[in-house]
Amino acid sequence: MKTEEVVRPIPPDIDPGPDHVLGPGHDIATVTDRISGVIYQPLAKTPKPWFFAFAAAFALLQLLLIAAAWLFYKGVGVWGIVIPIAWGFAIVNFVWWIGIGHAGTLISAILLLLKQDWRTSINRFSEAMTLFAVACAGMFPILHLGRPWLAYWLLPYPNSMWLWPQPRSPLLWDVFAVSTYATVSLLFWLTGLVPDFATMRDTSKHQWQRVLFGMLSLGWRGSAKHWSRYQMAYLILAGLSTPLVVSVHTVVSFDFAISILPGWHTTIFPPYFVAGAIYSGFAMVITLAIPTRKWFHMEGLITMRHLEAAAKVMLGTGLIVAYGYAMEAFISWYSGNPYESFMYWNRMTGPYWWSYVMLISCNIAIPQLLWIRKVRLNLTALFIISIIVNVGMWLERFVIVITSLHRDFLPSSWGMYYPTIWDWATFIGTIGLFTTLMWLFVRFVPMLAMFEVREDLHHMQHTGAYEVKPLPAHGD
Amino acid sequence: MNDNAPRTGLYGLMAEFTTPEQLLDAANKTYAAGYRQMDAYSPMPVEGLADAIGFRKHYVSQAVLAAGLTGCVGGFSLLYWIAKIAYAHNVAGRPFNSWPAFIPITFECTVLLSALMAVFGMFAMNGLPQPYHPVFNVPEFARATKDRFFLCVEAADPLFDKERTREFLSTLTAYEVADVEN
Repeated sequence: MKTEEVVRPIPPDIDPGPDHVLGPGHDIATVTDRISGVIYQPLAKTPKPWFFAFAAAFALLQLLLIAAAWLFYKGVGVWGIVIPIAWGFAIVNFVWWIGIGHAGTLISAILLLLKQDWRTSINRFSEAMTLFAVACAGMFPILHLGRPWLAYWLLPYPNSMWLWPQPRSPLLWDVFAVSTYATVSLLFWLTGLVPDFATMRDTSKHQWQRVLFGMLSLGWRGSAKHWSRYQMAYLILAGLSTPLVVSVHTVVSFDFAISILPGWHTTIFPPYFVAGAIYSGFAMVITLAIPTRKWFHMEGLITMRHLEAAAKVMLGTGLIVAYGYAMEAFISWYSGNPYESFMYWNRMTGPYWWSYVMLISCNIAIPQLLWIRKVRLNLTALFIISIIVNVGMWLERFVIVITSLHRDFLPSSWGMYYPTIWDWATFIGTIGLFTTLMWLFVRFVPMLAMFEVREDLHHMQHTGAYEVKPLPAHGD
Repeated sequence: MNDNAPRTGLYGLMAEFTTPEQLLDAANKTYAAGYRQMDAYSPMPVEGLADAIGFRKHYVSQAVLAAGLTGCVGGFSLLYWIAKIAYAHNVAGRPFNSWPAFIPITFECTVLLSALMAVFGMFAMNGLPQPYHPVFNVPEFARATKDRFFLCVEAADPLFDKERTREFLSTLTAYEVADVEN
């Protein structure tokens, strides 16, 4: 039976266009080699742009360390927060980062349940993005505490004073929602990695890598019994993550909506926050996927099909966000409540009018270009629009937090918020942390789920959606 | 499986296949031939493979349900106990047991415990982490996580006979049949 084996060479990295999730000429071995090849290449052979991007990210990470050190030394007074704007950049950034994380969960969980073919190649990548975004988000409430070393006071634990946190407060709900979300995202990501670490263990040429990946793979051997339990657990995790992701941003919106402040106290907040979260998350997926696939020549695995589908989700969720803005404006007029209508008028024409104008242009006006197929298929245009949406979604949280707080019921308690250099340093620093982790991840961890790509390839082969050309027999 | 047996002698016979279809077919035939102590190994989940080797009950969903209910009851009880017993204080005349406000945290606790059970329970039921397993002694088995498919009939099976089982396995479309040493 046994014959000398013919090995298929890894096909060239060709983007098969917006109708296919995989470039031509692959089989289950070549997709594996292609994805793990990124990790096996010698460090010096890593694409140059990766080094530049990593250096820039790492430099910004140092900025975060400096800003945090200064904050811990001097206290929150180094920030621009004042009364009445006690929630400044910290909360803006917190909501922005946690929103970005939501696309990863959406891709890995909801699209799994919906059996979307374009999910597979980008799910690992977006789950990592979720994890790192949640790490950035989680820092802000703690940095904002004033005495961050007492952060454990947020948790219900038996302390000597027999004091307990307030379970009726959305701030406590937030502690549970965000920590659960971070834990579940980490579990989802690590569970997905175990079979891939086993592949790395078995294909690596270096002993130390085999030992390292062997430990990380927990001794995974691909047994059918294991796969059976594994798939059930994975499906359950997807089923749990779907309501979880909706609950997390709903609870984040409750931080605002449960208060009585005009501009915050509205019932549209939960759905419009969730849509906005997915909107910004998909924008970030596109922002990161375009350079990554170019640097590592992943065009055959992260194809225009993935990017175009992400662009369409961005367009759709963007319209939900637009509806949210329109409804906020409408209700502030229709309610007849003078505080509500003043709030909205002030938001559009007050001292922060520029942020509102920028918000509408970035989040509503410019993304309408995505209706045009040519724009969706143009990488440069898509990249620029995704950055604009990221900026727009950050502005949305700025508008909601700052313009609502700065002028509330009593003119005597009005004020202005001016972010200081330390506000900016902390914010830009977290972008450094996020991108540092992201670039390390794409280089040193399988950035695409190898076993899922293999499974998809086999499935597509069965349904006739993908043709694996037979290998020439030996001696032909 | 005889995981506790001394690590000597033959663990089983392993047939190697090049496609998942061949493995599935072979697993069905091996089960039909009366073998029960076997396992199939593949680089990705193969639909129907667990069924084919006679593995049907995995109990993952039941474990997760139990964990979820624990989280749900535990989460709510924690809040009830804090708000009504340990630290009862009147906030704007609201009832101490203001249960609608407890729902978000109850939900999060349910999800948290379910997810922890789904992952750690699944790995525990799979017997992982397990650094050593006899199947790793077959050099070709390294490809079980990449592009090859394996069926291992274990020596613990009452029908197992080194010669006859090897003969049987070679009637299947196996690429190669190898001994698995303990």
